[in-house]
Amino acid sequence: MMIPSDLKYAKTHEWIRKAEGCSTVGITDYAQHEISDVVFVELPKVGAVVEQGKSVCIVESVKAAFDIYAPVSGTIKAINTLLESDPALINQEPYQKGWLFDLVPSQPSQFDSLLSKDQYEQMIRQGAAS
Amino acid sequence: MSDSNSVSSKTLPLHERHQACGAHFGTFGGWTVPLYYTSILEEHEAVRTGTGIFDVSHMGEFDVEGKDAGKVINRWITNDLSKISPGQAIYSPVCFENGGIVDDVIVYLFHPEKFMIVVNASNIEKDFNWFRSHLVGEVKLTDQSSQIALLAIQGPKSRDLMAQVLSIDLSGLSYYHFTSLESRFGSITVSATGYTGEEGFELFCPVGQVKQLWDELFRIGNSFGLKPVGFGARDTLRLEVKNLLYGHEMSAETTPLEAGLGWTIGWTKEEFIGKTALVAQREKGISKKLVGFELLDRGIAREGYAIKIGSQVIGQVTSGTFSPSLKKNISLGYVDVMHSKIGQEISIEIRGRNTRAQIIKTPFYQGGRSAKQVKI
Repeated sequence: MMIPSDLKYAKTHEWIRKAEGCSTVGITDYAQHEISDVVFVELPKVGAVVEQGKSVCIVESVKAAFDIYAPVSGTIKAINTLLESDPALINQEPYQKGWLFDLVPSQPSQFDSLLSKDQYEQMIRQGAAS
Repeated sequence: MSDSNSVSSKTLPLHERHQACGAHFGTFGGWTVPLYYTSILEEHEAVRTGTGIFDVSHMGEFDVEGKDAGKVINRWITNDLSKISPGQAIYSPVCFENGGIVDDVIVYLFHPEKFMIVVNASNIEKDFNWFRSHLVGEVKLTDQSSQIALLAIQGPKSRDLMAQVLSIDLSGLSYYHFTSLESRFGSITVSATGYTGEEGFELFCPVGQVKQLWDELFRIGNSFGLKPVGFGARDTLRLEVKNLLYGHEMSAETTPLEAGLGWTIGWTKEEFIGKTALVAQREKGISKKLVGFELLDRGIAREGYAIKIGSQVIGQVTSGTFSPSLKKNISLGYVDVMHSKIGQEISIEIRGRNTRAQIIKTPFYQGGRSAKQVKI
């Protein structure tokens, strides 16, 4: 299970890579593994204003559709349109070519509410044991 | 993402083998079953091009024996038992008096006084009670479900694998025929049936021997590229060839005529439960019909979504998925019969948005055994 240490994590299994002005969001290796084969992605619209914890887009496996939640509030700046023709990139490279969207955070303090690598790892381990 | 395992669901006799294969579990018909082992797409592909094995021991098996067994079963099912001889099986709906579907079953004719009926797991109790309340004459009905394990070996290479594992010649065993034999795995029945649209076999064996049988299938199956296949791929495989699933395309609210199963109705039989209602419906005409469609816009139509023309709702999706073989999004659903023609453009309401789709010919997937399929 890959959990990079330079990212922040939401309890709902999204990651966010904080950068100057703009942050990139995707789903974790654990999430892509649980969802299994991703066959469809419905991306948000560029310019959409999203709220922390609210559904932003949809990732669908063969079996079901999964809501993806915004880890922090902000405005969508860019989307990964490669996923429309090749949704399996989410399974293959969840932290790289499988990214979902970039957003400009409106409340940077919300990053403090997210999990670190260690906290996220612990959460998964507890979930697996229950 | 949620784990659908429930404490109350039953465990398959091969549960530990599935765990050892790295299965991801889910629930189906009250059972904890493997959803997939490595990937639904890979497992789907294995069945279309090589060989896959499914543990479908959740299915129910009833023995029906006695002088009047054939007569009684022919009253229970809509299809006509007189079409088959010993060593053959027949697919059929079982109907309520009003024509609604109790279940869809396969009846195996061993000899004129011994039959086995294979029923859906979620319907075992309902079916047993239904049959028991419609017993007449000299007939003994026994629920053997907990004693019998069922494995399905499916795919173009399955015949060679089965012949090698069982050391028998299966070349003469045609579709919907079966044979029983004494083996080192106990008394087993091999049936040329399945739910995938590929050539394949179903293997009934005593629960106590199923682990040895599974291990032996893999010992020999390795050279055939045998893969364990979960219920996820079972669903995509059956949908591509429009095999219906009880609780989705069939229920007490739908009749065989509406479901496109007219070919399973023995109209010339003197009597069967539901005949009066079905004859009346055939004369009057159906008002809703099961159709297959593909999405023209991006999106996957899931069960329960509304089917529309413009703003008017004309039906509902019963099953839908990405088709791994065809690489497009396919669905089944009921629509008003006046809008059920092939080529009809419709839209599916997906998360509040109308998504374009078109009714197309089924089965969606034309390869496999469907090209030479014989309906009996």
